Amino acid sequence: MSIRERLSGNEAVANAMRQINPDVVAAFPITPSTEVPQYFSTFVNNGSVDTEFVPVESEHSAMSACVGAAAAGARVMTATSANGLSLMWEVLYIASSLRLPMVMACVNRAVSGPLNIHNDHSDSMGARDSGWVQLYCETNQEAYDNFIMATRIAEHKDVQLPVMVCYDGFITSHSIENIELIEDDVVKNFVGEYHPEHYLLNREEPIAVGPLDVQPYLFEHKYQQANGMRNAAKVIKEVSEEFEKLTGRKYEFIEKYQMDDAEYAIVVLNSTAGTAKAVVDDLRAKGVKAGLVKPRMFRPFPGKEIAEALKNVKAVAIMDKADGLNGVGGPLFTDVTSAMVVNGVTDVKVVNYIYGIGGRDVRTTDIEKVYSDLQEIEAAGKVEDPYRYLGLKGGRA
Amino acid sequence: MSDKKCNINPNSTWEEMTLGGTIYDAGNAEEFKTGDWRSKKPVFLEEKCKQCGLCVPTCPDSAIPVDEEGKRKDFNFDYCKGCGVCMKACPFGAIEME
Repeated sequence: MSIRERLSGNEAVANAMRQINPDVVAAFPITPSTEVPQYFSTFVNNGSVDTEFVPVESEHSAMSACVGAAAAGARVMTATSANGLSLMWEVLYIASSLRLPMVMACVNRAVSGPLNIHNDHSDSMGARDSGWVQLYCETNQEAYDNFIMATRIAEHKDVQLPVMVCYDGFITSHSIENIELIEDDVVKNFVGEYHPEHYLLNREEPIAVGPLDVQPYLFEHKYQQANGMRNAAKVIKEVSEEFEKLTGRKYEFIEKYQMDDAEYAIVVLNSTAGTAKAVVDDLRAKGVKAGLVKPRMFRPFPGKEIAEALKNVKAVAIMDKADGLNGVGGPLFTDVTSAMVVNGVTDVKVVNYIYGIGGRDVRTTDIEKVYSDLQEIEAAGKVEDPYRYLGLKGGRA
Repeated sequence: MSDKKCNINPNSTWEEMTLGGTIYDAGNAEEFKTGDWRSKKPVFLEEKCKQCGLCVPTCPDSAIPVDEEGKRKDFNFDYCKGCGVCMKACPFGAIEME
């Protein structure tokens, strides 16, 4: 029987880590992820895990310690946010390119500057091409469930890549919600023991990790890495189906909410999807065929699935909680529209909204505005300005 | 993965390469000749050498061969990058850089 609890997102993830009992956790505190290693260190202290907890002096060291431990053959976890992730930058690429499985709680927060500790997605979106699998979570339950599944996804022999489990700072990390935990022994059984094929501490097989990789080799190694990412989609599906059998909770590449006959849709990640679902319900009661698509993963990008879900709508708003600062829309927008074109979905009007930057509150009234804009776009038959900002004070430059 | 031991060469395909370039074989520095990196060259002055052996372990590669009797021989330039640490280690001036 599952355990009914009420926990914050960070508590839920720290409990997932306790249940998994990894070999090594190396982390440095940064708001709003600090609680994850903080709660976890109490589990280390009270003996409920036998993890080697490494309290390092920076995030660069945290990720370096994770790389070293993973190369040695350990099951490794960490947590960070915003500038902490920025400081890990070069080592993120080392972890993924050396094909070292590990799991990170990435508690989304705006990257400075100017200094801001609140939620947006500029941290993880900046790391979108670092070769990490990225899962996104709407609720505490999803953060907990994805964290457990991430362990299996990362370690699968066809993947062997690090996984970032992203959830919204404060909104998800610090809000307490009802949650269903899985029993400790069931989690342990689900994740199993980690036995890498090759590892530095294997006396029977001395290896060298991370050698010089010059012109005849790097291209091929990057292709292998890209294949690992492509394989991750298949593995995410398998692991999620197994997880559903265990818990009854269904996870797909994307969540489609009221999309069967939707005419107006938004695509949105993480906690804002919850707010938007309330708006969809409200609009549906008024006869507006509103729908929502929530990608559960951003890397690998579920382009085909998103395009398929959007092919019959009249207009779609793609919502970015990070401005790509490229002048032509945020990262989710560029990937979604690219996937639509490649998959032949070219008859749908598209518009991008940058929203919620630096923790700017996103209310149901904001989302209502987006749906009413979509109806205006459809009525006008064209998109005057595809690159929009939701809740920005002042006019457009 | 034993078939991938030391068989990687510039014509290897991605299917043949190990993940992340990991090398599954110890002591393989011999396979990798680095002598063409050298800009300065050590010269072994045999008449000044007392065979003390101090230079041998300072070499970061395999450029100072030692025979069965424990005597150092002249440099193997296939592996000498010209770093000069052996010259610094020699108390007798038996190694000069040119």
